[in-house]
Amino acid sequence: MELNQLTIHELKEKLKEGKTTSVEITESVFKRIEAVEDKVHSFITLMKDSAFDEAEKADKAIREENNIGLLTGIPVAVKDLLCTKGVKTTCGSHILENFVPPYDATVVKKLKEAGAVLVGKTNMDEFAMGSSTETSYFGITKNPWDLEKIPGGSSGGSAAAVVADECIASIGSDTGGSIRQPAALCGVVGLKPTYGRVSRFGLVAFASSLDQIGPFSKDVEDCATMMNVIAGYDPNESTSVSADVPDYTRYISKDIEGWTVGIPREYFIEGIDSEVLDAVEGAIEEVKRMGGKTVEISLPHTEYCVAVYYVIAPSEASSNLARYDGVRYGFRVKDGRDLLDMYKMSRSAGFGAEVKRRIMIGTHSLSSGYYDAYYKKASQVRALMRNDFDEAFKTCDVILTPATPTPAFNIGEKMDDPLQMYLCDIFTLSANLAGIPGISIPCGYTKSGLPIGLQLLAKHFEEGKLIQMASAYEKSSKIEKRRPDL
Amino acid sequence: MEYEPVIGLEVHAQLLTKTKIFCGCSTKFGSAPNNNTCPICLGMPGVLPVMNKKVVEYTIKMAVATHCRINKNNNFARKNYFYPDLPKGYQISQYAYPLAEKGYVDVEKINEWKKRIGITRIHMEEDAGKLIHDENNPSSYVDLNRAGVPLIEIVSEPDMRRPEEAIGYLRRIHEILVYLEICDGNMEEGSFRCDANISLRPTGEEEFGIRAELKNMNSFRNVQRALEYEIKRQQYVLESGGKVIQETRLWDDSQGVTHSMRSKEEAHDYRYFPDPDLVPLMISEEWIKEVEKTLPELPLRKRERFVREYGIPPYDAGVLTASRDLADFYEKTVKCSGKPKIASNWIMGDVLGYLKEDKKEIKDSPVTPEALGDVINLIEDGTISGKIAKEVFEEIWKTGKDPKKVIEEKGLVQITDAGALETAIEEVLKSSPAQLGQYKQGKEKLFGYFVGQVMKATKGKANPKLVNEILRKKLSE
Repeated sequence: MELNQLTIHELKEKLKEGKTTSVEITESVFKRIEAVEDKVHSFITLMKDSAFDEAEKADKAIREENNIGLLTGIPVAVKDLLCTKGVKTTCGSHILENFVPPYDATVVKKLKEAGAVLVGKTNMDEFAMGSSTETSYFGITKNPWDLEKIPGGSSGGSAAAVVADECIASIGSDTGGSIRQPAALCGVVGLKPTYGRVSRFGLVAFASSLDQIGPFSKDVEDCATMMNVIAGYDPNESTSVSADVPDYTRYISKDIEGWTVGIPREYFIEGIDSEVLDAVEGAIEEVKRMGGKTVEISLPHTEYCVAVYYVIAPSEASSNLARYDGVRYGFRVKDGRDLLDMYKMSRSAGFGAEVKRRIMIGTHSLSSGYYDAYYKKASQVRALMRNDFDEAFKTCDVILTPATPTPAFNIGEKMDDPLQMYLCDIFTLSANLAGIPGISIPCGYTKSGLPIGLQLLAKHFEEGKLIQMASAYEKSSKIEKRRPDL
Repeated sequence: MEYEPVIGLEVHAQLLTKTKIFCGCSTKFGSAPNNNTCPICLGMPGVLPVMNKKVVEYTIKMAVATHCRINKNNNFARKNYFYPDLPKGYQISQYAYPLAEKGYVDVEKINEWKKRIGITRIHMEEDAGKLIHDENNPSSYVDLNRAGVPLIEIVSEPDMRRPEEAIGYLRRIHEILVYLEICDGNMEEGSFRCDANISLRPTGEEEFGIRAELKNMNSFRNVQRALEYEIKRQQYVLESGGKVIQETRLWDDSQGVTHSMRSKEEAHDYRYFPDPDLVPLMISEEWIKEVEKTLPELPLRKRERFVREYGIPPYDAGVLTASRDLADFYEKTVKCSGKPKIASNWIMGDVLGYLKEDKKEIKDSPVTPEALGDVINLIEDGTISGKIAKEVFEEIWKTGKDPKKVIEEKGLVQITDAGALETAIEEVLKSSPAQLGQYKQGKEKLFGYFVGQVMKATKGKANPKLVNEILRKKLSE
């Protein structure tokens, strides 16, 4: 096995034993990037020079101080929605094509402090608006399992980079499924933490009340390690929560004997791909074999998820994206006649179609005379959905659902039909609306060899339970470890 | 037809916190452009606001001082609009749940009128930056030092019926803010700003007319002038059969008129919604009590106390409580002299006069309250005359010296020795035989002439009371 194919915990062993160096690992990662990046296109910006500087620094720390931190010397990729000091942060948009932040996002700071080697900034749907990474201004990311297919989105680049072994682990963000959906479609582990668990400071905002940063990894143990690095209170964020952060690796390799797993009937609907359904049903059987109990539950307001989400998220986005006006940074047309003209032309040319669609939906929803019918009503229904989960978790430890209704679809297939695209996230939206954590883990492959994802949901701040069950399932189900043939 | 104006005011006051409302940048006025900025107040991608607690504390002070009801559950809202001085494309403000509501202040013109003006609400928000326009170049520049400086907006009820009442209200709000030391009240630098809503209605009519909003008045005088102009303008429109339209009008100081800026149709739809980046702000009863304890005696209270405690006229009390520093100066002077009315006369006349001449604030007065108290005492115990006292005051104002020392140095001690005065008077009478003759023939007005001559001869040091007595005796001999 090549070094770039290994997990964080495997590489840490080797580093500890002196069997390899961070420079060697980083070399193998960049060799792989050179080999496959043209096909996959996971990255917008590569950080090769600084990566090797960081790798050498890590090796020195290991050599001289025998100091191995949580991620010392491990190559990690970061979604291009997180600010990196001195490194372009585009958000997949023309309007920020040349934007270089003067500061690091809290999560980026934490990765650096943990000793990580930053490989590059990954491709994404423009401003995280999309489920296929097709709305990026910088080109489409391909699904490494089938280059004709999309990798999911919006964190498609972060998911593809992990499964294509272009990095060891990565960071994404999830506003309605943008970590869990691409994790499912690419066959990696993706966790969306509880709202408030991981600092949003420096994460370019899409929908502030829904956005949350989380990790992609090759296995559940690495997911726990990444969470140990990024979770925690941040005084720079008012919505950050100061609850204690456990050592998430404690939850690895434990059983789920006696657990109750809720199966929400609203998530097993017409239109789910039969292979996805089979795989998820197989997982339910596996849960029973593992000593868990399954119970049918109801989340009665599920049918309103898409409607509520597509009022709240665009409303917040319409306001969050107002700052891209061409005045202080980012793209500005040169030939605006006056201020208003400059605004209109810069924003018209700077944003892509999907972003403009959502800005318009959001602006409309917040307008005087429509606010009560849209934004206010959606917020009220959102509260009911939270109650649904509170009720459900009285009877079960975790909830199990398919992560997506279908496996990866063809590039271009849904680009002309926004509604079909929005329905890709039908199983993941509710966790963001309720603020609860969710994880997506591989649970099988289709006949044509595309990965299928299983989603687990838990109560606020119970990421530990998700990791425990995901880890137990990973061990017990023995889902075959395959690698995409690139 | 007779018309009655209906006026409501919106005051924006910059709070005197050291740092901005949502970041750690300095609020100092007059720094080099864009020096007091950071990614947060520049509205960089990815930044988040964190509330400055001091802002809440200051706003609670104002709410308590104006008898408002304080909402325990506050939240912040985004007011969305595009302008280059607004880096995020929205202003963080309060909308549905302001910090305070339903208060009032009492306004009066002493011995003329008295009125209670309602306060609709007080809320917290962030200030915007400033645009600087180059006159020789079609470019504008943005200075974001002011972006994120904390403001409170104080909205009055439409309770005022004359410009005079509006100014009275405005002065009262200004006075309270400055007394609380939460705003420096500087209208020229824009730390205290006022917009006015004004409409006319036929006298006796209940319903309000259509209002205009007036902006860009940067002094009390301009607020008054703009309101007066607007009353005339609206009256003219109504009397000539027209209709006042709802619009925003800008005051043009040089022309002395208001110009239409934008109509109701052009008004922004601000699309307010709760800011998801800030959690609801809870204000506990304990916090309010804690803040209440730190409140100073407010001007109206102080005024009443001065009248009651020092027995000075309400007018004097009004002048002396115009600022906390002046009131403190007065009270210290009274403490040193024990003469409240005399102290009041000295301060209202001499101290304020000299300050005005030297363009100084009371806190920079070269004469301390203790020194002024000494001067008053020296008159009272007969050491100097009132006239000499003025001379002494001028000297200590210029030099900052101790009054007793000045008197000693200049030999200004009053002559109270009857023998010495008698000699001086005899000299005067002897050297003015003509006047003496006329006096004896009944021209009694010349008495003043003799007093003047004696004072002249003694260089003003003669005790005037004694001079009068002795002179009267001599002349009747």
